[in-house]
Amino acid sequence: MTSAKERSTHEKPFHIVKRTDLPVWKSWLIRIAAVVASLIICAVIIILLTDDNPIQLYATMIQGAVGSPRRVWALLQGVAILLCISLAVTPAFKMRFWNIGAEGQVLIGGLGATAVMLLLGHSLPAPVVLLLVIVVSILCGAIWGVIPAIFKAFWNTNETLFTLMMNYIAIQLVSYFTYIWSSNKGNNVINTINVDNHAGWLELPPSIDRYGYLLNILIVAVLTVLMYFYLNNSKQGYEIAVVGESINTAKYAGINVKKVIIRTMLISGALCGVAGMLLVSGTDHTITPNTAAGRGFTAIVVSWLAKFNPLFMVLTSLLLVFMEKGALEISTVFGLNSSFSDIITGIIIFFIIGSEFFINYSIKRTHAKEAQTK
Amino acid sequence: MDKQTPAVSLRHITKAFGSKVVANKDVSMDIMSGEILSLLGENGSGKTTLMNMLSGIYHQDAGQILVNGNEVFINSPKDAYALGIGMIHQHFKLVEVFTAVENVALGMDKKTTGGAKEIAKAITEICDRYGFDVDPKKKVYNMTVSQKQTLEIVKALYRGANILILDEPTAVLTPQETDKLFAVLRNMKKDGKSIIIITHKLNEVLAISDRVAILRKGEYIGDVETKDASVQSLTEMMVGQKVELDIERPAVEHKALRLRIDHLTCLDRYGVTALDDVSLEAYGGEILGIAGISGSGQKQLLEAVAGLQHAESGSSIEYIEPDTGTRHQLLGKSVSDIKRMGVALSFVPEDRLGMGLVGAMGMTDNMMLRSYEKGRLPFTDRKTPRQLASKVKEELEVVTPSLNTPVRKLSGGNVQKVLVGREIASDPTVLMAAYAVRGLDINTSYTIYRLLNEQKKKGVAVIYVGEDLDVLLALCDRIAVLCGGKLNGVVDGKTATKEEVGLMMTNLRTERKEADAS
Amino acid sequence: MIVSFIHRAVMQGIPLLYGATGEIITEKSGNLNLGIPGVMYVGGISGVIGAFMYENSLPDKSAANPFWAIAIPLLCCLLGSFLIGLLYSFLTTTLRANQNVTGLAITTFGVGLGNFFGGSLIKIVGADVPSITLSTTSKFFSASLPFAQNLGWFGEIFLSYGFLAYLAVIVAILASLFLKRSRVGLNLRAVGENPATADAAGINVSRYKYLSTCVGSMIAGLGGLYYVMDYVSGVWSNDGFGDRGWLAIALVIFTVWKPNFAIIGSILFGGLYIVHNYLNQLIPMNMSSQELIKMAPYVVTVLVLIFNSMRNKRESQPPEALGLSYFREDR
Repeated sequence: MTSAKERSTHEKPFHIVKRTDLPVWKSWLIRIAAVVASLIICAVIIILLTDDNPIQLYATMIQGAVGSPRRVWALLQGVAILLCISLAVTPAFKMRFWNIGAEGQVLIGGLGATAVMLLLGHSLPAPVVLLLVIVVSILCGAIWGVIPAIFKAFWNTNETLFTLMMNYIAIQLVSYFTYIWSSNKGNNVINTINVDNHAGWLELPPSIDRYGYLLNILIVAVLTVLMYFYLNNSKQGYEIAVVGESINTAKYAGINVKKVIIRTMLISGALCGVAGMLLVSGTDHTITPNTAAGRGFTAIVVSWLAKFNPLFMVLTSLLLVFMEKGALEISTVFGLNSSFSDIITGIIIFFIIGSEFFINYSIKRTHAKEAQTK
Repeated sequence: MDKQTPAVSLRHITKAFGSKVVANKDVSMDIMSGEILSLLGENGSGKTTLMNMLSGIYHQDAGQILVNGNEVFINSPKDAYALGIGMIHQHFKLVEVFTAVENVALGMDKKTTGGAKEIAKAITEICDRYGFDVDPKKKVYNMTVSQKQTLEIVKALYRGANILILDEPTAVLTPQETDKLFAVLRNMKKDGKSIIIITHKLNEVLAISDRVAILRKGEYIGDVETKDASVQSLTEMMVGQKVELDIERPAVEHKALRLRIDHLTCLDRYGVTALDDVSLEAYGGEILGIAGISGSGQKQLLEAVAGLQHAESGSSIEYIEPDTGTRHQLLGKSVSDIKRMGVALSFVPEDRLGMGLVGAMGMTDNMMLRSYEKGRLPFTDRKTPRQLASKVKEELEVVTPSLNTPVRKLSGGNVQKVLVGREIASDPTVLMAAYAVRGLDINTSYTIYRLLNEQKKKGVAVIYVGEDLDVLLALCDRIAVLCGGKLNGVVDGKTATKEEVGLMMTNLRTERKEADAS
Repeated sequence: MIVSFIHRAVMQGIPLLYGATGEIITEKSGNLNLGIPGVMYVGGISGVIGAFMYENSLPDKSAANPFWAIAIPLLCCLLGSFLIGLLYSFLTTTLRANQNVTGLAITTFGVGLGNFFGGSLIKIVGADVPSITLSTTSKFFSASLPFAQNLGWFGEIFLSYGFLAYLAVIVAILASLFLKRSRVGLNLRAVGENPATADAAGINVSRYKYLSTCVGSMIAGLGGLYYVMDYVSGVWSNDGFGDRGWLAIALVIFTVWKPNFAIIGSILFGGLYIVHNYLNQLIPMNMSSQELIKMAPYVVTVLVLIFNSMRNKRESQPPEALGLSYFREDR
């Protein structure tokens, strides 16, 4: 009976085993190799599309990202915002709470800032307005973040799907308010708010900060350092790590798991609110449903690629923003579609997440000696 | 079939995990048809790994496998089934939301199995033939552990397994259920099937098997006919040196009431009564054993004391302070409340890496787990835990590359030493340990017994939940027997017999309850 | 008006139904493919590219052959979405990459791919408007049943759709039967519930994950094709498909992983998506309130999610191993 069934008549030539002892430097070598490989693949694709030589191409890319002081500042600003959102999602991820609702939390934070600026901008003194902008946007982001957390804590509601849905609710809310507050009836656009008195604008005098990005960058730099210490050296950071590893262990250790989940998502949402505030009050001075521009999703990748280490996140967000700006420049120069940068970003991410396999596993030849003799 | 050709031969099998851990080294052994072979070895000796290569879960790094004299290649469990090899894993491979029939049908071609009705019929036939009982329509999540195991065996037989591997099959069974299982296995043997039992329980080895093969530290030591073996000789082959098998039981000295549990009733997370009106006392200076089939409420009992389990109204757990005699109600308090009341409670839970420790953290960070809250600053202090970690490492001889190596990467025995070391270091007045030696080698087990006895001598109230009745009877002063969530009596460890306790684990005898409580 | 509302709701629902059916099959294998929005974009643009090449190869637009006009875009769409599904499977199953991160990257990549090729085609045509029109092939896709016009409301509600709409319902019913009744479906569910068990039962876990993800992607891709070739009559404009992919994922939750529920669910979601247009005719509404009503499908999904988690019934939970990658030697 058994012989009638199909079965293997030869051995698989190789099999996969888990690695346990790869030195850290080697794992980083693998990651860097993946980035280099992805850049080569991208270059090949670009050459096929544009018939240009690769050196020219990279020159264009670098030109696009850091070609002028203005571009350098814009790059840093892009990094700052992306980094801020990445910092925001990180404590949640360390807790194994898949907050993919950063997009919505940022938007709601921005919406809070917009509301204060629009509604109170001319009735209160500017410093008070700014203070309110900060408080309200942080509060809004925190509330948006904590809603799924409460349900997760008490009923174990799937947070990945919940936070995902909250994004679209947020987008629709912003759409709603852009209609309500649109500058010209029905055109669904809010013009720059408080151009006259700059009430609620987060800014330094132009003499110090020519492009208006410096303050954002400084704030995020401070937040990065704070987050690093929060996660690694604070009691709350320790609690987050324990909850992320095992809820049972956390309970055993006397950690109030519900409290930690809710508190961590309050922080996560609040930081997203900060990012929304930096976008609305610190940069755009208006809001659209696309203000977050997918950064809430990219931030997840940034945080994950950096292994949830805030300092590494500076590098990963720099890499992604650099490539995005570079690819954008290529598409303008060579007359390609601007969506091209999404494709480039996608390819790089695929390579980096794929490379993790080679860090965690190795492929072994089966019976290496026998294979040679056969 | 030719009796001279082994049903399965392993030739020079080697398997390593990573570059450091060699699980099996050049192992060669045979299994005959119509034979029950015990594969004996301490935990971590590579028994399960070796058998996993037969069942297609792992693949050997080097070596050959022969079935009925022909070289075969087992790349997946499917190959193993095609060769008539079936394995009952320690963690059952069953889909919880499926019925018995659906689980049996998994991965099988509908042409060969027919529909649900045919499968149900076949299941009943197998059950009748070997003498067990499975409800084909029952969902797995409604089954008891013993029923799940039966289903696993039926599943393997249904697939035409001639070579049946059982990994620690009795770990979750009562003595009575074990006898039933052994009867079934003997029936299968009569049918000409080969049976391999992976175990480290010597009494069972002697009771069931024809031959014993012994592994030590991944290497094949040799085999003996069971009729020529004794507990002592097998232990020596297994451990590689002479071992003192007697467990010490120092006399109880300063006995003082420490915990008073009254009418404790708890529900499990599905709302089913897990503990039913249990009243029990624990004294400082003695070891109280808790016996019972797995899932009889042991978990809820310990967790209720530890502040992790909600209890129904009318329940009470009082803690009596050693010096002052002050009474504290523990129920309704959280873990941190209990800590704050100054109750020095230590708890070695059953699930070491899933509850007692954080697998991804090193020894230092794990030492912090119970004390990280200390100090007013919002920042953690890592200096004291680091000192504690190196102390535990030294005193209990924990083998670890560094204090920051994730404890998940340590062997089972070392993991347990880290956990027990931490729990004892906090100078407890109550020490609860669940299945503290499960999965440990003999030497580490005796280290743990020694540590528990030391605590007892210090006047700590030790509560020890165990599954090995021999150990419970040798170590504990009193043994409380749980049966289906009810306390079925408390017996004296010095006078009770294994059969008596085993019977109490399965048969509820309410009328005897008062008479037994001493 | 109710008749035309139902008609429009069904048309809105069909892409969601494809997406949800595809995602259910994928998720049953334990793969949470958050790349479905990207997959649907790629499905749409692949079909458009196929249709574009076919139309341009014709000497005269009236010479279009119905068979090729349907077969070429259809095959292109299936191929395109298959390849994206393959990419996701390779990364998550073979390379065991994190599913959430991979899925989100697939979405970025797929939407980028759609818009890039869409934009390039628009540039090739040199149209004044930022869209490309493929009316010749589209009319074959949107051809309704011949006697639909003669049967009044019955015809409009039940018979007035292109063949892809009926195909969606058939696929959903087949998927439902497949999961519930067939042995392969049982095996697939086992893979998503407990891959180690499936593996030990001799099921090739990787093969099941690959197949279900790729087949699921192809089904989802058809949703993109239906949208561009039928719903919008062959007009591709960048970002036109919008966030329907996420709605499809929402629909999976809403229907507690049951494709036959998804048929009704998709029409409901489709209705919610357009109800503001009709409410507007009943009670005059401003644009802003319509935006609020567009929120409804997401709010409803969140409520279902909450309700199911509170009820905690074992049969209506996500597959147990959803989102986790499987490695046999893991212990």
